[in-house]
Amino acid sequence: MRPVYMISGGITKFAKAHINKDFRLMVKEAYDYALRDVPRFSKDMIDGAVGSYFSDHFTRQLKAASMVQDYLGLCPKPSKRVEGGGATGGLCFQSAWEAIASGRMNCCLAFGFETMSRVNTWKGNEFIALASDTNFDFPVGGFYSGYYAMMVQRHMYEFGTTVEQLAMVSVKNHVNALCNPYAQKAKRLSVKQVRESPMVATPLTMEDICTMSDGAATCILASEELAAKVCDRPVRIAGVGSGSDTMRMADRPHDKVMLLPHEQESDYLHLRYPGVHSFRGGRMAGKLAYEMAGIRNPLEELSFVELHDAYTSSEIQTYEDLGLCKYGEGGRFVESGAPFMADVNYGLDIPKAGRLPVNPSGGLLACGHPVGATGLMQAVFAFWQLQGTTSKHLGDDTLQVQQAKRGLIHSHAGTGTYITVSILEAT
Amino acid sequence: MKRGIHMHAQGSVLLGVDPLVLLDHYEIDYHHSYAQDSPFFVGLSKKKLLGSCCTECGYIYATPRSHCMECGAATDWCELPLTGRVHTFTTCYFGGEVFLDETPFTLILVEFDGVDSLFLARLKGMEPSTVHIGLPVVARFAKTPSFKVTDVWFEHTHR
Ligand SMILES: [Zn+2]
Repeated sequence: MRPVYMISGGITKFAKAHINKDFRLMVKEAYDYALRDVPRFSKDMIDGAVGSYFSDHFTRQLKAASMVQDYLGLCPKPSKRVEGGGATGGLCFQSAWEAIASGRMNCCLAFGFETMSRVNTWKGNEFIALASDTNFDFPVGGFYSGYYAMMVQRHMYEFGTTVEQLAMVSVKNHVNALCNPYAQKAKRLSVKQVRESPMVATPLTMEDICTMSDGAATCILASEELAAKVCDRPVRIAGVGSGSDTMRMADRPHDKVMLLPHEQESDYLHLRYPGVHSFRGGRMAGKLAYEMAGIRNPLEELSFVELHDAYTSSEIQTYEDLGLCKYGEGGRFVESGAPFMADVNYGLDIPKAGRLPVNPSGGLLACGHPVGATGLMQAVFAFWQLQGTTSKHLGDDTLQVQQAKRGLIHSHAGTGTYITVSILEAT
Repeated sequence: MKRGIHMHAQGSVLLGVDPLVLLDHYEIDYHHSYAQDSPFFVGLSKKKLLGSCCTECGYIYATPRSHCMECGAATDWCELPLTGRVHTFTTCYFGGEVFLDETPFTLILVEFDGVDSLFLARLKGMEPSTVHIGLPVVARFAKTPSFKVTDVWFEHTHR
């Protein structure tokens, strides 16, 4: 496999509705931004593209990625669409990586979008719930917030995780986003406000759950030779991994933990795994990505993480899957202050902030979640962090992680049915 | 289909002019086949909860599948116990549009003794605040089957 670099990226602001822009124009804005950021690069260097969007129901336009391909003027170059639920963007990023790593292309564009505003929120929830088994799960009351609520109830039962710990994740991510102009829903919140917002599915409130959005994002990936030629500070994609789990949560085994290098079997003598409290696919994705990147202790060797916090609970579950802490310690991990930014005031009493910032961008909770764009948005933020250019792109350096060397991005589908982890490194 | 034609005859419904936004209604009739899962839904109409037992490795699935994901062998249908325990739960105060009228409703994953996997269902007849993990529950069946998985639900039992 050849080394692969990210040389540019762009985001079209995530918003509740971009009624004046269709998906083609949203992608075009993010694409033009990415092109402007690498002046020595030109469109004719692109060998092909991978498009990502989640739902044909939301778009009401099949083959929508073909319309983007022609709108960007990339015909007749190779193109395809990748779809994998919430992990669509992460899978798209890795598909572009594969095109270059294999030698098939020297430069591949990854673009993603979602237009979720054309139906009401509850019809949108119904569309999303159709990504659960339509024989056995959807008809019972298909609702993803309900599925995640059941998972975190079990997490609380197994490990003593508290709703206040969940709320701290919401406070962190919404406050981080105050310095991110691309975010949809930045705001200052207290733990009390999170708990007092309307209950959606016990114990998850409105402020524990990400919103639906319109938005787009693009990433340009290149070979080592091309990256060196056109980009002053390319970012290396040091590792990729992905995993999966059963469509129905009910079918997940209750077995042994899949260990990371810094863990031992004795850490989990009585834990039945993954059950419905953990994401086995996320652990698999992390394990494979760490192996490729040569990471043995993620907490020590990563500078920041952008992970798929569609729910506050899934952020805590994901800390554990990625081995940032042991299984069962996710709630205490957020309480310790580790995933907060060191120099941001959250209005919380945090012992020691900034060990490993998680979702400095604000994550899905605050940025929004235009599904096909989300995983690529994470890659763009990680890219800017590792280039040290967040102040240039966000107009403010508050969210710049100092001396960022290595970042992890994590994209997640369904109740953990597809998950991707990619590791990016500064050069 | 009828409604679409009707709307064309009447002209378009405009929701906005700048940009121009039209109301576009669509609905379809879809032939949803339960295919190899059909016996489960027929079983519900006979007040039976049918799971799958692997003929090779003995794995027992509470939610049926005709082939074992552990070893790949074909499974046999087997009757599950009608009592179990709440493995986890939530009460939904919102939901997908088709379920909004039914809120609040409580979802549970049920665990059965001697069965390796779980089953998703609704729990009825309980105050949401009194539901907890480990609660003993019993299956109840619709008198008139609709041949959907909601023909079975669970209620609290004292045994
Ligand atoms: Zn078997």
